[in-house]
Amino acid sequence: MDIKAKLFDEEGFNRTLTRLAHEILERNKGSKNLVLVGMRTRGEFIGSRIFQKIKEIDKSEPDFGVLDVTLYRDDFRTRLKQPEIGVTNITFDINDKHVILIDDVLYTGRTVRAALDALMDLGRPTTIQLCVMVDRGHRELQIRADFVGKNIPTSINEEVRVRIKETDGEDAIYLVNAPSKN
Amino acid sequence: MSLSSRHLLGLSGVPKEDIQLILDTARTFREVLERPIKKVPTLQGKTVVNLFYENSTRTRISFELAQKRLSADTINFATSTSSAKKGETFKDTVRNIEAMKVDMIVVRHQSAGVPQYLTKISKANIINAGDGLHEHPTQGLLDMYSINERLGRLEGLKVCIVGDVAHSRVALSNIYGLKTMGAQVSVCGPSTMIPFGIEALGIKVYHKIEEALKENDVLNVIRIQLERDAGRRIPSLREYHNYFGVTTERIEKFNKDIVILHPGPINRGVELSSEVADGPYQVILDQVTNGVAVRMAVLYLLGTMHS
Repeated sequence: MDIKAKLFDEEGFNRTLTRLAHEILERNKGSKNLVLVGMRTRGEFIGSRIFQKIKEIDKSEPDFGVLDVTLYRDDFRTRLKQPEIGVTNITFDINDKHVILIDDVLYTGRTVRAALDALMDLGRPTTIQLCVMVDRGHRELQIRADFVGKNIPTSINEEVRVRIKETDGEDAIYLVNAPSKN
Repeated sequence: MSLSSRHLLGLSGVPKEDIQLILDTARTFREVLERPIKKVPTLQGKTVVNLFYENSTRTRISFELAQKRLSADTINFATSTSSAKKGETFKDTVRNIEAMKVDMIVVRHQSAGVPQYLTKISKANIINAGDGLHEHPTQGLLDMYSINERLGRLEGLKVCIVGDVAHSRVALSNIYGLKTMGAQVSVCGPSTMIPFGIEALGIKVYHKIEEALKENDVLNVIRIQLERDAGRRIPSLREYHNYFGVTTERIEKFNKDIVILHPGPINRGVELSSEVADGPYQVILDQVTNGVAVRMAVLYLLGTMHS
């Protein structure tokens, strides 16, 4: 990993999650009819952290599920490697709910497009709101996040790496140089 | 992760990683089948032809549903209503269908080796849906998925295939697949229905259903195929039932933890008693549901592969 800058350390990471949880509760006037959906893989863990925060702050337990969007991707025909697919685990009803869709990094917007289609196949939520830890720009579709941990203008040759304890052993976000394609 | 072959012709020689990948992928699709909208857009724009030269209900419907749930375009071909009746050769039929730009062909044929032959005359991905007495790989895969779903593993399990093993493509695909996954496979039936020399594959042979029940975790009970002249190999269906039929009394006496599979269609009162066919020991309808998920997994993994 060719690190250019450390954008978040553990403390900053945690503070941002707390703020996002507060913002979500503020915008939705509490957790009534609120459901949280984390996008596999890292959004799942960020989602579960936000879920814990909301539990602490609001003393309530919104439903929390995990969404795998692989089957809805638009790049099956062009990518060289076959993507691995995971299991969606949303056991609750999302009809007439406010769905908070949670992911780590917002970049081209294509994953979010896939997630919107996937959610529509599960029901008809009242609203779908997007919450991301990092918005790094370079959108290819008209998609905007409702809750953003940090806006980080990046160049195309850079990558944002979100590392979390559950899978990577630490809570941190790095700006790195993209590994060369050849 | 990708499969190592762009066709699924049988389970013989298919590496463990491939079988594991298909079973893992099927779990994802099993979840899709529980949704209110049981459809995903993954194979949009792909065309699949179901080329069925032999009758089938379960397998054809299962494949067709799997294709539709992945948003592929499907065409069904049945010999009874086709130009094959006018004497067109198999090769010509396939060439013509292919000229209409199809991506995948699912084939069932009464002759063994037809799927293999198709790979030579067609550029499409070929999936074997049963060829003669050779293999029926997706049935083998869905049997393994169902066993794993009920018992949580395949490795080290003892699975016995009961019935006309010599004339069963389901049995052969089960034997290859289960052995690759580390299960111990045995067979049970009258000696006229057990292939000569099968012990050489490391397979134990039972001639008593009681012993097979006692010593195994799973019985995969194969249909007695009346259309394949089973009458020449057994004196009567009633006698077969008396000696080899799986009944509640036998299960309760010899092994209450047994899991019973049957690929369907069931001859009630022959290989299974009706009570067993509807009872708590069997997973027969789970097999049917899992069949759609497993076929979706195979179609997905082959259909999105880059050559």
